[in-house]
Amino acid sequence: MLEQIESHKYSELEVNKSLSDEDKIEFLRQMVRIRRFEEASLKYYNLGKMGGFLHLYIGQESIAVGTASLCGDNDHMITAYRDHGHALAVGMSMNECMAELYGKKTGCSKGKGGSMHFFAPDKNFWGGHGIVAGQTPLGLGLAYGLKYNGEKGAALCFLGDGAVNQGSFHESLNLAQLWELPVIYIIENNGYSMGTSQQRSSAFNNCLAGRGDAYGIEWDVGKGNDIYEVRAKTKEAMDRAHNDSQPTILEFDTCRYQGHSVADANAKKYRSPEDIDYYKENYDPISVWKKRLFKESVIDENGYKELDDAAKSEAKESATFAEESDFPDLSEITDDVYYEVDNQTESGKQGKYFFHD
Amino acid sequence: MALTLYRQALNRALDEELANDEQVVIIGEEVAEYNGAYKVTDGLWKKWGDKRVVDTPISEAGFIGMGIGASMLGVRPVMELMFFSFAYVALDQMINNAACIRYMSGGSINCPIVVRGPSNGGTSVGATHSHTPENLFANVPGLKVVAPATAHDAYGLMKSAIRDNDPVYVMENTLLYGDSAAASDLSDEEFTVPIGSAEVKKEGTDVSLIAHGRSVIVALEAAKQLGEEKGINAEVVDLRSIRPLDEETILKSVEKTNRAVLIDENKPFCGVSSQIAATIQEKAFDSLDAPVLRVTSIDAPAIYSPPLEKEQIPNVSRVVDMVQKLG
Repeated sequence: MLEQIESHKYSELEVNKSLSDEDKIEFLRQMVRIRRFEEASLKYYNLGKMGGFLHLYIGQESIAVGTASLCGDNDHMITAYRDHGHALAVGMSMNECMAELYGKKTGCSKGKGGSMHFFAPDKNFWGGHGIVAGQTPLGLGLAYGLKYNGEKGAALCFLGDGAVNQGSFHESLNLAQLWELPVIYIIENNGYSMGTSQQRSSAFNNCLAGRGDAYGIEWDVGKGNDIYEVRAKTKEAMDRAHNDSQPTILEFDTCRYQGHSVADANAKKYRSPEDIDYYKENYDPISVWKKRLFKESVIDENGYKELDDAAKSEAKESATFAEESDFPDLSEITDDVYYEVDNQTESGKQGKYFFHD
Repeated sequence: MALTLYRQALNRALDEELANDEQVVIIGEEVAEYNGAYKVTDGLWKKWGDKRVVDTPISEAGFIGMGIGASMLGVRPVMELMFFSFAYVALDQMINNAACIRYMSGGSINCPIVVRGPSNGGTSVGATHSHTPENLFANVPGLKVVAPATAHDAYGLMKSAIRDNDPVYVMENTLLYGDSAAASDLSDEEFTVPIGSAEVKKEGTDVSLIAHGRSVIVALEAAKQLGEEKGINAEVVDLRSIRPLDEETILKSVEKTNRAVLIDENKPFCGVSSQIAATIQEKAFDSLDAPVLRVTSIDAPAIYSPPLEKEQIPNVSRVVDMVQKLG
């Protein structure tokens, strides 16, 4: 009952009330695209098509889609290694993302970054970072750059609940408030830092975002599975960034259905599959949104099926695209290391840069 | 004409680049109101104000990472480490982020930052403050590392570093900041020293002394002594830039003198001189009349005890002795 009242509260806010039916369907489409992409990634990973790690975003889709939907020309996003959802939400294509997973030269990073390192600076998306909390000072820097150049924008820096205990995050929080930078730290709290629960990894009062009190930073918590709530709370933080150049910490509760990565051998041991099933049954962000749109008569079952089929096809086609693409040439392994060398500037022509035989 | 000290040359380079490009911003601990722990940024805050010269908390991982992030949006931060030893608390930012982001983004991002500060021992501040990590950073593709020995090169390399579109780590030296032996007669005209170019600081015929940073000053003094007392005419090659490396100048010198002694304040294992030695044996083997020898720091953490530390790092007598071992 409480949830219904709260959802109603957020849906009535201007930020959500102003949404057109097309906007609402677009959110559904984006969430479904992310899920189908991730399912396809898992399938082809298990077929041995890609190497390394694969951290899937399934179950958390509403956060990337809800936050990205608010971003304008001067707003930027940066995240950690569970980055496929954010990449698709900012408009990267399934083809370039899947090809990157396959290690192909048509990938978004030419096969040089992999699953954890997707980038699209032309879409204000700055990665895709592999080291836990390593992106948090970079997000701060994006905010510094905005403020330095007098641009009205915000840097949305995503992190997991495991990242809150890293020193670089705390250093970033101190600087964020000290210098009043328009950064928004968005903790996607799925309850586990790899296999260690929040209770076993973090000292906290009530929530993790509350650590902002130590720095005098505004903070808020919310349900991450509800796009209306994600948008409402993010909008408030973005207004604070845009209008007052102040930082915010947001914490959204969420659930990752898969293990930490596909290589997580203990995924079914440190938490119970029944709990995940219960969440899927009752709180799945796509199901919750879909039901709401059915209720609002924005879309019907047929419309949903059409959209879902399209996402499945798009994901499948991206795997074909990736499969048919070439791997980078061995000669390209030393490209993209130095700007000056790649561009053969005077500086790039001076001295020896690479020392292999 | 009055000579310009190494510290003053850096100051002039920073001042001019602040004027040349409004995206240049100086960031670091005590760089603004305190005028720099070693006075390299003296007067710049007063002249340029809070926006361009920024004091930070003691928070190297935070502010260097922040500078890297800002550089992705076109800001050109010049960040001071009070000691390059303090880089060790910011290594994730300086290596994983600054060096790798261009590569991992398939060349779509670049990172035009400068990190500068003193990288030297010899000042009796103990092991934690006496690291010389130029070898460590030069080991990382994506980074550029320079180590000027004179005021002239400090000025010219700093300007090149700030204008460069890749991350450049400028290794200075507290002992050179006010050393008259490192001072230069600087032209009033602006100039740059290209990154990746070595320089023969003294011509010679009998042996090549190859060094970077303050070891160049040591090598020059040793060359003088070798000439005056032993009749050995040593050539001194100043690497100036570690990565990229000017192999051509090194090889040309060794092909002329047929002997090389490398002087390097790094610890010996995988020090900068290890790479130079590998290059010489690979590419100038037939020119060598003797093995390539090295004078490095004695292989222990930097000792505090002042007279012993002077022996631990390369000094003139150790270089003179080593040259004579060539036979």
